Amino acid sequence: MSLKVKFFLSVAGLFTFIVYIIGTCVLIIWYNLEVAEQALISKILAERIGIIAIFAFFLLVGIGSALEKLFSIYTHATRLHEETKLILSANPDHRITPTGPSETRQLAQIINTFADRHQDLQIDVETRIRSARADLEEEKDILAALMSELTQGVLVCNIEGQILLYNNRARQLFNYSTDKLTTNGIGGLVGLGRSIFAIIERTIVVHALEQLHYNLHQGNSQSVSHFVTTTRGGQLIRVSMTAVHHKNKGITGFVLTIEDITRRYEVSHRKDILLQSIVENTRSSLANIRAAIETILEYPDMGRDHLNLFTKIIREESIALSTQLDRTLRESGEYLESQWPLEDMHGTDLISALQRQFKNKLHVETHAETVDTALWIKIDSYSIVQAMTYIMRRLRDQCNVQEVTFDLQQSGRFARLDMIWHGPPIKTEVLHAWETQALVTNGNGTPLTLKDVAERHKGEVWCHTDKQTNRAYFRLLLPIALPEPPLELTILPQITPESRPKYYDFDLFNQPGQKPELDQRLLTELTYTVFDTETTGLNPSEGDEIIAIGAIRLVNGRLLRHEAMEQLIDPRRSVSQQSVRIHGISPDMLQGQPTIEQVLPIFYQFAEDTVLVAHNAAFDMRFLQLKETQTGIKFIQPVLDTLLLSVVVHPSLTDHSLEAIAQRLGVNIIGRHTALGDAIVTGEIFLKLISLLAEQGIFTLKDAREAAQQSYYAMLQY
Amino acid sequence: MAKRVLIVDDEPNIVTSLEFLIQRSGYEVRIARNGEEALAQVSAFQPDLILLDVMMPLLSGYEVCQKIRENSAWQHVQIIMLTAKGREIEATKGLALGANAYVTKPFSTKDLVAKVHELLGGTT
Repeated sequence: MSLKVKFFLSVAGLFTFIVYIIGTCVLIIWYNLEVAEQALISKILAERIGIIAIFAFFLLVGIGSALEKLFSIYTHATRLHEETKLILSANPDHRITPTGPSETRQLAQIINTFADRHQDLQIDVETRIRSARADLEEEKDILAALMSELTQGVLVCNIEGQILLYNNRARQLFNYSTDKLTTNGIGGLVGLGRSIFAIIERTIVVHALEQLHYNLHQGNSQSVSHFVTTTRGGQLIRVSMTAVHHKNKGITGFVLTIEDITRRYEVSHRKDILLQSIVENTRSSLANIRAAIETILEYPDMGRDHLNLFTKIIREESIALSTQLDRTLRESGEYLESQWPLEDMHGTDLISALQRQFKNKLHVETHAETVDTALWIKIDSYSIVQAMTYIMRRLRDQCNVQEVTFDLQQSGRFARLDMIWHGPPIKTEVLHAWETQALVTNGNGTPLTLKDVAERHKGEVWCHTDKQTNRAYFRLLLPIALPEPPLELTILPQITPESRPKYYDFDLFNQPGQKPELDQRLLTELTYTVFDTETTGLNPSEGDEIIAIGAIRLVNGRLLRHEAMEQLIDPRRSVSQQSVRIHGISPDMLQGQPTIEQVLPIFYQFAEDTVLVAHNAAFDMRFLQLKETQTGIKFIQPVLDTLLLSVVVHPSLTDHSLEAIAQRLGVNIIGRHTALGDAIVTGEIFLKLISLLAEQGIFTLKDAREAAQQSYYAMLQY
Repeated sequence: MAKRVLIVDDEPNIVTSLEFLIQRSGYEVRIARNGEEALAQVSAFQPDLILLDVMMPLLSGYEVCQKIRENSAWQHVQIIMLTAKGREIEATKGLALGANAYVTKPFSTKDLVAKVHELLGGTT
């Protein structure tokens, strides 16, 4: 009902009410009068009916116009309300034109003034945000420049192990493969959002993290944990781990600085090993010579037979010595024992690490007896803990030992680590067998024995028993270290609870875990692999093959151009002329390229844990699917199709080719019809589509998939 | 009766010299070429002292030493360990496992013989 109608109805109602009240009053008075009085009044009124009617009319008009005036204030207030709402929610530039009675005009002016102030304030805030962002951007650039200059690799990860930031050196260190496939710039294992555990063995990282947790718990917020491991490429790397600590949330991530120590280590250890082998190999020969000569000297009266025997020994041993020396020199060039550099560790920390490990992994009760708190040991704590755990597991399973006591004391220049239990000791043969068996808990696949671990540390192990107390000891003797704090580790600003570092993509720290709630995740926060294939033809089921795959990663609303892959593939069949005209890939370009069996595993790894995006994805997915049995690789992650999503956004339009959409959405087309070129265009289109979908209330992966399903093209099957 | 010395080493060239020297010093000498043989000789020959090489194939000197000390009847046997491994940590281990002395190769034969005399308690 319009305001006017409302107004007239209420005026009519009011008038009817007035007439009714007056009429009732007149009637009551009328019937109370005598007949003579009635006649008199009738006469008086009848004579003046004109005047009464005129006054009545003016009375009603007066009331009516007063009402109208009041009502116009009401209508203006309603309009003000609507316009104010407009300013507030949709258009801050809008201003109210003052109309109507002076009250509403004044109100309008005040609202306008408010709107002005509000707008000024908002502009001010925005300017500040922009300048803050510019500052942040600048800091980011400085950080990036600094990191790119570092000779160490740097990786920043959140607590789930996702990489948030890395520098070039880290990429180079890890993105090594013996395969020639990587030469084409395949993104490899280091990338934003990728898992650190694909690069470094999970157990080692967890061990180092536990160490940091423990140190933080001890109130040492500056702590760094170190370990040494090998990359897939075989380099020996030393890793320093620093915790990213949040005041309330505890450790939210960690920073790894990585140094390739292969070369440095090789050089110094070649010398070391050379020296050691010369010493050990020549000692016994020298002993034999010296004993023989001294015997001759001691007993000058000995018979000719004996003299001949001893001179023969001297001759033999001298020759053996020269041969030995020659061989040592010759072999030392090639021979390199796999020893690992060791780090200083506080003795009590080692005991705590062992106690935690025994409790969590083996459920074995532990006590610490005498622990020398001033003791520092030179060790690779990971392998020592693994080795001790291995022994403990054997003890528990085979000797039924459920409780042990640790004892750590200095003994000369060595640290004596004892694991003590009540009961019979380990028999010499048994220990001998254990020493040479691979540690079951060893993570990285290389068989490592207790003996290796002991040798690596230049340590010794043995077992003995104290008959009086009936206690058995497993003893590990290790070289002690001078308690020097590690020096070369202040590469990144130290992270303390008070000064949190500023990283870009920082919000990734709060990313929820992968997989299960994938469907509920917002499109804007998922990680995608946008890809495209080129093929020999259009009929995969009739033998057409993929001849190129291009893919690019899309993380946090950005296409990462340096995390892309493009690979030509030998289809082992002819390429139709028609398709050559489209993609321009001629058969001779494909000769000598890897086959689909070689490329798919790499693409699979590249796309792992991401949502796949492609234009007309069904086509590409069909090709991939047909290779499933042949390669054993299944792409099970969710897939989004830019073609279908374009239909969702613009259902009335008919052309949903990549070119048409690109033109419509203002995406520049570069290098079309290379697999990577198309993947990039698709990625940019997809980014625009995400915001257009949001306008239609499509926010999550599930929303998008369901919308696409409903659209017409989903009915088509390739 | 002359005291008995068992020489355990897999290298004949050192054994020859040691055998000659120890015999000339007035002891009865037996030879064992490896760890197993050494353990057999310990019960058969009942030596008073053993010159024990550490680096032998199969059963090492450490293990032989430990086995001897495990037997309460053999607690009195003196053991001198001989080794080309000259690191302190190995000496520590040897002594911890029950050796009475630890001698690094090459050694002075005079000192070694003196050590044998000393451990066997006097001038035979």
